[in-house]
Amino acid sequence: MTDLVHGTVPARAADPILPRWWRTIDKGALSCVMGLFGIGLLLGLAASPPLAARNGLDPFHYVARQAAFGLLAIAVLLVFSMMSPRQVRRLAVLGFGLSFVALALLPFLGTDFGKGAVRWYSLGFASFQPSEFLKPCFVVLCAWLMAGAQDPHGPPGRLWSFAIAVVVVAMLALQPDFGQAALVLFSWGVMYFVAGAPMTLLLTLAGIVFFAGTLAYERSEHFARRIDGFLSPDVDPRTQIGYATNAIREGGFFGVGVGEGSVKWSLPDAHTDFIIAVAAEEYGLVLVLLIIVLYAWVVVGSLGRLLRERDPFIRLAGTGLACVFGVQAMINMGVAVRLLPAKGMTLPFVSYGGSSLIAGGIAVGMLLAMTRTRPQGQIRDILGTRR
Amino acid sequence: MRPPPLPELRPLLSALGSALRRGLRHSREGMRRIEAMDRARLRAEARLMVLCGCFFLAFALIGGRMAVFAASEAPEPARGGSIEDPILGTRADIVDRQGRILATNLATHSLYAQPHQMIDPARAARELAAIFPDLNEERLLRDFTGERRFVWIRRQISPEQLQAVHDIGEPGLLFGPREMRLYPNGAIAAHILGGASYGREGVNSAEVIGVAGVERFFDERLRDPDLSDEPLVLSIDLSVQAALEEVLEGGMTLMNAKGATGILMDAHTGEIVAMASLPDFDPNSRPPVATSGDPGDSPLFNRALQGVYELGSVFKIFPVAQGIELGLINAETMIDTRGPMTWGRFRIRDFRNYGPALSATDVIVKSSNIGTSRVALMIGAERQRRFLDSLGLLEPLPLEMVEARTGAPLLPRQWSEISLMTISYGHGLSVSPLHLAAGYAAMVNGGTRVVPTLLRRDEPQAGARVISPQTSRIATSMLRQVVTRGTATFADIPGYEVGGKTGTADKPTPRGGYYDDKVISTFAGMFPASDPRWVIVVTLDEPVETSGAEPRRTAGWTAAPVAAEVIRRAAPLLGLRPQVAAPQGGGVTLAAN
Repeated sequence: MTDLVHGTVPARAADPILPRWWRTIDKGALSCVMGLFGIGLLLGLAASPPLAARNGLDPFHYVARQAAFGLLAIAVLLVFSMMSPRQVRRLAVLGFGLSFVALALLPFLGTDFGKGAVRWYSLGFASFQPSEFLKPCFVVLCAWLMAGAQDPHGPPGRLWSFAIAVVVVAMLALQPDFGQAALVLFSWGVMYFVAGAPMTLLLTLAGIVFFAGTLAYERSEHFARRIDGFLSPDVDPRTQIGYATNAIREGGFFGVGVGEGSVKWSLPDAHTDFIIAVAAEEYGLVLVLLIIVLYAWVVVGSLGRLLRERDPFIRLAGTGLACVFGVQAMINMGVAVRLLPAKGMTLPFVSYGGSSLIAGGIAVGMLLAMTRTRPQGQIRDILGTRR
Repeated sequence: MRPPPLPELRPLLSALGSALRRGLRHSREGMRRIEAMDRARLRAEARLMVLCGCFFLAFALIGGRMAVFAASEAPEPARGGSIEDPILGTRADIVDRQGRILATNLATHSLYAQPHQMIDPARAARELAAIFPDLNEERLLRDFTGERRFVWIRRQISPEQLQAVHDIGEPGLLFGPREMRLYPNGAIAAHILGGASYGREGVNSAEVIGVAGVERFFDERLRDPDLSDEPLVLSIDLSVQAALEEVLEGGMTLMNAKGATGILMDAHTGEIVAMASLPDFDPNSRPPVATSGDPGDSPLFNRALQGVYELGSVFKIFPVAQGIELGLINAETMIDTRGPMTWGRFRIRDFRNYGPALSATDVIVKSSNIGTSRVALMIGAERQRRFLDSLGLLEPLPLEMVEARTGAPLLPRQWSEISLMTISYGHGLSVSPLHLAAGYAAMVNGGTRVVPTLLRRDEPQAGARVISPQTSRIATSMLRQVVTRGTATFADIPGYEVGGKTGTADKPTPRGGYYDDKVISTFAGMFPASDPRWVIVVTLDEPVETSGAEPRRTAGWTAAPVAAEVIRRAAPLLGLRPQVAAPQGGGVTLAAN
């Protein structure tokens, strides 16, 4: 009636995209990611000249590349963060299909760069690792399937997502890339946990893992030695971990000084897997703690925002993306301080790497799209629809 | 009052009602669905909280660990093997039963060179050759100027040498810490300890591994880093061991013997308190294994354990004790000793003719081969074999030394009746002196089997029963009488009630048959006879006692006096009080003044 009398409320049809984005985006997480990228550039200045020297390039060749890729990655991140969850979902499903095909074709078209595992496509000017792009798309796809399963007459999405996870993990393990396989499996597990995995199943799984671990420790001398060696306080200083540990010790609280570090000369992966050791040596504990705080802020902050989220899909996708991001960082740093056994895993946004930067941009962009503030129907709680 | 509804409206009203009810049902279903969603959301919220907490804790843990690392001192890069299999230079001490050091470690240095860091290789080579006369200057120079980036110069250097090398001032000469195994008592207990040398070597440490004796046998335990502070306690008593070695040394010289061995063992616990074999060596500089000559003459050869000999009449106590145990004879049973005794083409003779018959006791006291052969014939081969086996005389001893398994007894190929008879007086079966000591311990300790051990143990071994306590007492008394009125009167030490048996066995020639001027003479005994606690075995190799008109080789003249001297020296060290006869008379002499 009101419409008939007064005309409709003039819809703010042109609700400007940028102001709304700025209003609703998780500014904390965004700044943290920018900060990490900046730190990555700073460390690249320190860590990559030895590599450039080895490859006969200009000392700051890799820094320039990192900056170029980083800007591209940030652009991708911003674009993704402006999308609506529905758009993200569509793109992710599409992207999953593409990267899955790319992953499947790796054994035929990929290259191993002499490292023994075929994980890359060489594009001449850059290389491209399909599994990096697969991860965020997989997370969003699984979140969609699991959320669908929560509808009263929805499809058996959990089962489907589990099947997809198994296939992807198997393909990654065959490359072999156990690190990525573990990450994919972990992300699925986290989403399943939040989507309401039965407590008994979780407890049973925990029990089986504990039991199997104990059994393996007692029965297999090899396994026991690996574990003992890992747990023992002494570390062979000639290994990468040994150098990394020593670098952290050398650095102390405030570092040995910019450019004064030595670990970057002895560690072949100083610019990727062990960038945290370079940070610790040259800038000390202060910078390391700052990096940890930034990662923690992104992860815990995003999860905190998702607490308020009522849409199951958004909740699950956000959780998965945040956890993958956080765990990857955690594994990288955990290896350097010997909390975890050695595993090649880059530090998102900080480590050098073209395609991984862009893939990181996509993942965090999707995460930011999920954590944007939006109406959650809290009005229903206030009005009290319950009897 | 409302008018009743018009009948025409009734169908309409009922249709309206059912529609309302349906709507209500729908909305109830929706409500349930919303509630389910709410429950799922709350659960998801809770689990998200858990996730948040986990991540927070994990990041905090990593940060904390980083802080711990940053706060700790960066160590020198140590190069001591890989993490999974580090080279550990630690080795536990070995001490005697009273905690006195038998083997320990000394921190020394090793010397090595990194030629690429050298400033003046020629001078370094010259100076090194001056400090270490056994180094060849040209060879050093060749090493220092060649391709090599690492050269060991000396595995161990003394502090004086360290300083001298230091004074060369050559940066390419480097020192690494090096644990050295030290045996502060020199040659004492050399065979038992064995010796040690280096295993895998690193710049910063080297494995010290045992090469012989208990060092080798307990190698893993001694190198166990968890037990490096706990010394290995042996049953050896250092002072008794020293006394034994000194007396043996003197006895060997006096008796013109080429070798000697002595064992002092606790008859109840099986602990070897002292065990020596001469000639011996200094484990601090263990001689190389001889490549020529009889290995049995090498100083490395442990006669007590590895030397299996036909030990002769000392075996006689076994058939007599077994005969008593089986009820075939008793101590007074008269045994036919008319000789020579012929069995097929063999003839068994006694050293002297002891007349037509001797009591069982006198068969032992006078040492009659014919007498024990008769007893053995009563026992039979199978029972004899089983009896000796139950004493442990037919198998290598499970002693805690690697050499023990090489001391396997030599058994007759066929345990025939002639073997039965010769074994009864100690021929045809070769065992080590330590086997004999174990057998004697079982004879005198009340009749239970004893397995010799080198580890300190304080309670008696409750071994399998071999003979009854009564038989054991009779055997002990017979052994005592051998010393008081038999062949071993030189072994009597007043106050210690020594008992024992002598044995003089002709040495076999390499071609079969026996020498008539080379013997192994043995005294095996125990003390004090009233309650035997210690077993002693002394064996001399090729002794000749030349103080009399004609050379004497029998054990009564050679091994027995040496054993007596060992007991005289060792018994006080073992804390044994001599049984002093009560003084005659009132003990106080009144004197008039």
